[in-house]
Amino acid sequence: MSQDPNAKVGIDVSEVGANAAETGERDLSDHVDVVDDHEAFHEPPDFHALAEHGHVATQLDLDAEPIITVDNLKMYFPVKSSGLVRRTVGHVQAVDGVSFQVPRGGSLGLVGESGCGKSTTGRLITRLYKPTGGSMMFEGHDLAKLSTSEMKPLRRNVQMIFQDPYTSLNPRHTVGSIVGAPLAVHNIVPKDKILPRVQELLEVVGLNPEHYNRYPNEFSGGQRQRIGIARALTLNPKLLVADEPVSALDVSIQAQVVNLLQDLQREFDIAFLFIAHDLAVVRHFCPEVAVMYLGKIVEIGDRETIYGHAHHPYTQALLSAVPDVKQAAIGGRRERIRLEGDVPSPINPPSGCRFRTRCQFAQEICAKVEPPLLQIGKRHKVACHFAGELGAHPATPVTTDLLGVDDQGSPVPGATPSNTQLTGPGYEKTWYDLRSKQTTGV
Amino acid sequence: MTITSPSSAASQADVDGPFLQVEDLTVTFPTQDGPVQAVKGLSYSVELGKTLGIVGESGSGKSVSSMAVMGLHDAKSSEITGSIRVGGTEVIGLGESRMRKLRGNAMAMIFQDALAALHPFYRVGDQLAEAYAMHHPKASKRDARRKAIEMLDRVGIPQPDRRVDDFPHQFSGGMRQRAMIAMGLINDPSLLIADEPTTALDVTVQAQILDLLQDLQREFNSAVIIITHDLGVIAEMADDVLVMYAGRCVEYGTTKEILTRPEMPYSWGLLSSIPDVTASTDARLIPIPGNPPSLLKPPSGCPFHPRCAHRDKVPGDLCVTELPALTPASNRAGHLKRCHLPNPQEIYQLEVLPEIAPDLAEEIR
Repeated sequence: MSQDPNAKVGIDVSEVGANAAETGERDLSDHVDVVDDHEAFHEPPDFHALAEHGHVATQLDLDAEPIITVDNLKMYFPVKSSGLVRRTVGHVQAVDGVSFQVPRGGSLGLVGESGCGKSTTGRLITRLYKPTGGSMMFEGHDLAKLSTSEMKPLRRNVQMIFQDPYTSLNPRHTVGSIVGAPLAVHNIVPKDKILPRVQELLEVVGLNPEHYNRYPNEFSGGQRQRIGIARALTLNPKLLVADEPVSALDVSIQAQVVNLLQDLQREFDIAFLFIAHDLAVVRHFCPEVAVMYLGKIVEIGDRETIYGHAHHPYTQALLSAVPDVKQAAIGGRRERIRLEGDVPSPINPPSGCRFRTRCQFAQEICAKVEPPLLQIGKRHKVACHFAGELGAHPATPVTTDLLGVDDQGSPVPGATPSNTQLTGPGYEKTWYDLRSKQTTGV
Repeated sequence: MTITSPSSAASQADVDGPFLQVEDLTVTFPTQDGPVQAVKGLSYSVELGKTLGIVGESGSGKSVSSMAVMGLHDAKSSEITGSIRVGGTEVIGLGESRMRKLRGNAMAMIFQDALAALHPFYRVGDQLAEAYAMHHPKASKRDARRKAIEMLDRVGIPQPDRRVDDFPHQFSGGMRQRAMIAMGLINDPSLLIADEPTTALDVTVQAQILDLLQDLQREFNSAVIIITHDLGVIAEMADDVLVMYAGRCVEYGTTKEILTRPEMPYSWGLLSSIPDVTASTDARLIPIPGNPPSLLKPPSGCPFHPRCAHRDKVPGDLCVTELPALTPASNRAGHLKRCHLPNPQEIYQLEVLPEIAPDLAEEIR
């Protein structure tokens, strides 16, 4: 691969920017005030053309090689005592042994409640934090072990889109210097070549390239998010961590940005780690989804499995909590699983299964033994002793044979744990079938 | 919950009529660049025990109109005309001292950002007790505190007798929202305005808060206005829906009508720009092009015309020249829309629905 991102200069912008061109955001013509935005319309937008540019949900590419393999990633933040001598009195186990893969050019969604560690995971992958343990293999390098100086040349491959377009752009810098900064930092092109590349990027994300010398405050929320996306694209990254990229935007603008991200993913073959709490947006964008709870992945699988046949009580509760527009046809509220209380403190998480304090199926074993993240389908892993579809959770734990314990979670003397496929990243060819309690394969 | 026929926004008020009656409300803010009409000719009504949902983008005037109901606009920097009657009392032009008696007592508001809406220096219990004592001058401090604990318990805060002495920062996001709901409800208001009550919350907490709001509404039989941009929340909570665009009502009707048979392209746009958690994966996400218009210089004719993808189906340049009136929709009484399209039902079912919900379009055929 060429070191020069301008090697890819022949991008067909007409294709990518078209979506935004339709939106009229580029109609902020040069000397007209932003206020006169709508005045620039003469032709009405055509519905069918609009519909053409709207995307259906992204499909899963089964053959894609992983671009990043995260194995047993841990991040513990020290908690210091107050007073003169600030001793470490504990740790916030923000991320505690997370393993997953993101396929090249694909996207993995990371969902969960606030405080479950999904944003921390994103920041670990971009190495804004140095992990406490575990590995992140990216193109033969372990990002978790590299020093800051060794990391620098690799940073161009992993970039980030932030949630809040109002605070993630420096208000005192022009759009040109914000988007061009990565080029200057990495010393990739001579100074006089930065501007053309910036203008090209602005066009790619659907902004007027002439606006490079404007300041962020002159743009609306959706346009600012586009600037943030342009900045992330500057160095042609192979992996983008998108941390709640649309949740700060208006509903009508959310769709514009999601469509833009899908355009970019197709055009430049970028892999996404898509972090969001909006389950519907994640479902649309990500063919694979991981559900996190208190620093751990509790269920991971492809879209159809997670949204259609979730086996973990937490995933089921999350899904049932989402308000559904279709409910309008029936009226009233839909039946839902009520989760009581809040997420427990990650400083002192519950023993065994971390979800047990809020789980309606929790039994003795859940407090004693932590359930492994077990592969139970071709592309489906779940960490629960009582894994089962909604309304069909088994009465006895399904994991006893694997862990060598009895139904109460006490070790059975003489029994050897037969678990051979524990929590690695990615999926194995064989899996543990819940019905027959045997390892099966294709 | 049953959905009864909606009281038409245009219907005449009578004595046992709706608790809140807003008629021809216009809110104007004079600015250096000229007057900004944030709300124009808005009429709606909410009965006791009913919920009205107001949807629209930011800047569409949904918050401004409800703040006018609460009398929260500074008279010096805003001009409000029209009529707002809360339980028979005309609110517009009411003196501040009489307004204070009403506000927090007969009507209350819940804000989006609970951390910003609660005072960081005062204990949660003291803030609740103050709201009670203000409207019950004879109540002792101990009474007010007891009432605060009772309300915290009512909204589901564990160990309310201990948490009452906590500061807002010691509460989690969901608990703060509960505390604010408790503060809003401490005087049993008949009208509760919830401005994006769950937008900043996780789905699980959102479900808890919505459950709570619904339980409390049933208990106190209050009229509720929910302002949100989440159509899912509207679908599950509201009896009637008011869609606002550029300060005007563009569509009004029962929740079922608006969300299953919308007749205004802006409502179609709202429905097509959000993915649904149960929809088919073949559904396209179609954004509304462009940005909301500036209210300083609103577009001529229909304010939505610069972004409307169905403008070409209206003969001539009616959309550009003439503001459509709020007229009854083609299908059912009580459903009002502001659009020139002659055959919106047909367009929605044959053109829009197949793109945004292919599974639903199949069913209808």
